[in-house]
Amino acid sequence: MATDISQIIEPYRGQRKGIIPVLQAVQEEDGYISIEAVKAMSKVLGVSENDIYGVATFYSQFKFEKPGDHIVRVCLGTACHVRGGAELLDVIERDLDAKAGETTEDGKFTLERVACMGCCAVAPVLVVDDEIYGKMSPGKAKEQIKKWREVA
Amino acid sequence: MAEDLKVQIERAEEVWNTLQAKGDVIYLGTASCGIAAGIRQVSEAITEHLSTGDRDVELVEVGCIGMCCFEPMIYVQTGAKAPVVYGGLEPKDIPKLLDGVYGGDYENDHLLGVIGDGFDGLQSIYDHPMVAPQKRIITENAGLSDPVDIDHYLARGGFKGLERALSMTPDEVVDEVLRSGLRGRGGAGFPTGRKWALCRAAEGAPKYMICNADEGDPGAFMDRSILEGDPYRVIEGMIIAGYAIGCDEGIFYVRAEYPLAIERLEICMAEAEKRGFLGNNILGTDFSHQLTIKKGAGAFVCGEETALMASIEGKRGMPRPRPPFPAQKGLWGKPTNINNVKSVSSVPSILRAGADWYAAVGTDSTTGTAVFCITGKINHTGLIEVPMGITLKEIVEDIGGGVANGRSFKAVQTGGPSGGCLPADKLDLTVDFESLTAAGAIMGSGGMVVMDDENCMVDVAKFFISFTQYESCGKCPPCRIGTKKMKDLLEKITVGKGEDGDLETLERLASTVKAGSLCALGGTAPNPVLSTIRYFRDEYEAHIKDKVCPAKACRELIAYTIDAEKCTGCTLCARNCPTSCIEGETKEAHVIDTDACVKCGMCITSCRFDAVHKIDSPPSQCADEGQGGGD
Repeated sequence: MATDISQIIEPYRGQRKGIIPVLQAVQEEDGYISIEAVKAMSKVLGVSENDIYGVATFYSQFKFEKPGDHIVRVCLGTACHVRGGAELLDVIERDLDAKAGETTEDGKFTLERVACMGCCAVAPVLVVDDEIYGKMSPGKAKEQIKKWREVA
Repeated sequence: MAEDLKVQIERAEEVWNTLQAKGDVIYLGTASCGIAAGIRQVSEAITEHLSTGDRDVELVEVGCIGMCCFEPMIYVQTGAKAPVVYGGLEPKDIPKLLDGVYGGDYENDHLLGVIGDGFDGLQSIYDHPMVAPQKRIITENAGLSDPVDIDHYLARGGFKGLERALSMTPDEVVDEVLRSGLRGRGGAGFPTGRKWALCRAAEGAPKYMICNADEGDPGAFMDRSILEGDPYRVIEGMIIAGYAIGCDEGIFYVRAEYPLAIERLEICMAEAEKRGFLGNNILGTDFSHQLTIKKGAGAFVCGEETALMASIEGKRGMPRPRPPFPAQKGLWGKPTNINNVKSVSSVPSILRAGADWYAAVGTDSTTGTAVFCITGKINHTGLIEVPMGITLKEIVEDIGGGVANGRSFKAVQTGGPSGGCLPADKLDLTVDFESLTAAGAIMGSGGMVVMDDENCMVDVAKFFISFTQYESCGKCPPCRIGTKKMKDLLEKITVGKGEDGDLETLERLASTVKAGSLCALGGTAPNPVLSTIRYFRDEYEAHIKDKVCPAKACRELIAYTIDAEKCTGCTLCARNCPTSCIEGETKEAHVIDTDACVKCGMCITSCRFDAVHKIDSPPSQCADEGQGGGD
């Protein structure tokens, strides 16, 4: 894994502007930003670890703990909110027995809330990994979770 | 080299015409909303069904035509006839539908209209109530062509704006945009031509052109739709802007939540470069322009231009005071021009058809068109493009088809977290920058969410202020602390603990936050609260004085109950209840144990007999003091 990261960082050697693209690429690769990755970045980019964390924690995209195998994101944008997004999140939290931001005990699912996926016309929306599900209802969500459990 | 373009256009037209005359083509609406609604599954069903016959049918993926409520959609083209649009499909509908259409029977429940002139008694889609009042300039290609096929774009008039721009001097191009009256579509409405002129005149090199596609407003997806549906248009607009301003480097700042938009942009940028529209010596001229993509990392404040530039520079995305304006000192301290996706996308049409043509659309103060995402409790949700000056009523009632599910209209929210909620008696307002601002809402970037009587305006205000509070970068204390205080107060009101004077405190906080914030995030964050207090004060007072939520949306103020008359004892609600708090024998009326009920609403959505209802249930004093019981 360490060699992969160094390959990602190398093109940005000595460049501060590389912080965000490198963080994004590292997260794509590892699923989160580990302490080791930040140390490696710091050396190559020439920016302190402190500074890298300062940037990384500013943006909601970055995770600092290993996520579950699948990421379930519940959209809570305006259109989803007025069409029952919060109720959807509620049902899923209870079904997975994990709150938004947490990972299930078996490590299979990480539950997240997002501000808007831009699929407002088919609200409320659920995203599992890269798959978007529109026109959801608490009932449909429960059924879906059952299906994901089986394949996960 | 101008000849080269001619040859390219001729070849593109051939490609396009061949497709139109090919006979059997099925176009698949494959934007994010189509995918969310299940176009992939429908596409599989089509492939499977076609494999059983011997028809040679070409499948073409197109962007979003904007009628998102009818997704998944397909357009079926047979013979030399224009494509016929079908919506609301499920995989199981496909065999019957295709057998019918290929047997000459076009009519079924999924029929929406013909793309082009109607035939055989079929109506044109342009006469559909959702489409007829629209004026499509920026979205003219969206959903009608393969977004990544450059020949489709060329055949539909693409890059003619660039060709004309390159035949003019940069100053003439700036002047053309200035004369068109185009105003920035990111929300503020600053004249685009003036912005360009400032950056063009600024001293310093290199200069940068940035396209702001960090569409962070919840409830808005215009930029995503345009980038996914017609990426070449945005690319062409960027190149023209680069030429006019005198910069050879352009940057797309796209939010990371839009992977499909990024993927399509990448494909199209490579193709445009291969064809000589981008890169060195564009169309054989001395002008060179490079484009790159920067992915946002999830920070709403980065929609603000100085924060956006900080983010590109690899810093925390925090705004800084202006002046100096980006046109003087922008990215890396160099002159920089930043335009929203919709502003950039208007440019190719303006250059192609001329400033006068564009200026004739819309109103005197706001020319051109507005792109809105109409969503929420409305029948026709989707992406629409309307001439400026249209009334909100026409949008909500005609295009939007009115409020869904037989409920009544309560408010329309424009401008997202920076905007406001307008009640029914403001629906006669016309859409332009000035009139919406005067009414306490804003034009914004284009989100428009319709709310019905089941939506609580206090809850909506709390929703928006929670969003801005979370997204505040924390630099200015009035924004950082003020939005938190406002959120806490609204929270207090929605749980039935509001007191006299809370509204006045909210208003006082709002004016402090507005006055004491550096950027538009804080400057506009109180708008949703102020506009709801202004138009829905009664609803706030009901929460504060009577401890009830008239919309029955605030969970702490309601209880669920089952109407014994209507309940058939089917047990469906009990089986769906996550806390098993519904009891009753089969075929007998059920009862909800309100103490154990978590008010998730599963029983209401599962009941087929309309027997479950929400009732007012003000929190009682003793429950407050932790003695249990309550009612």
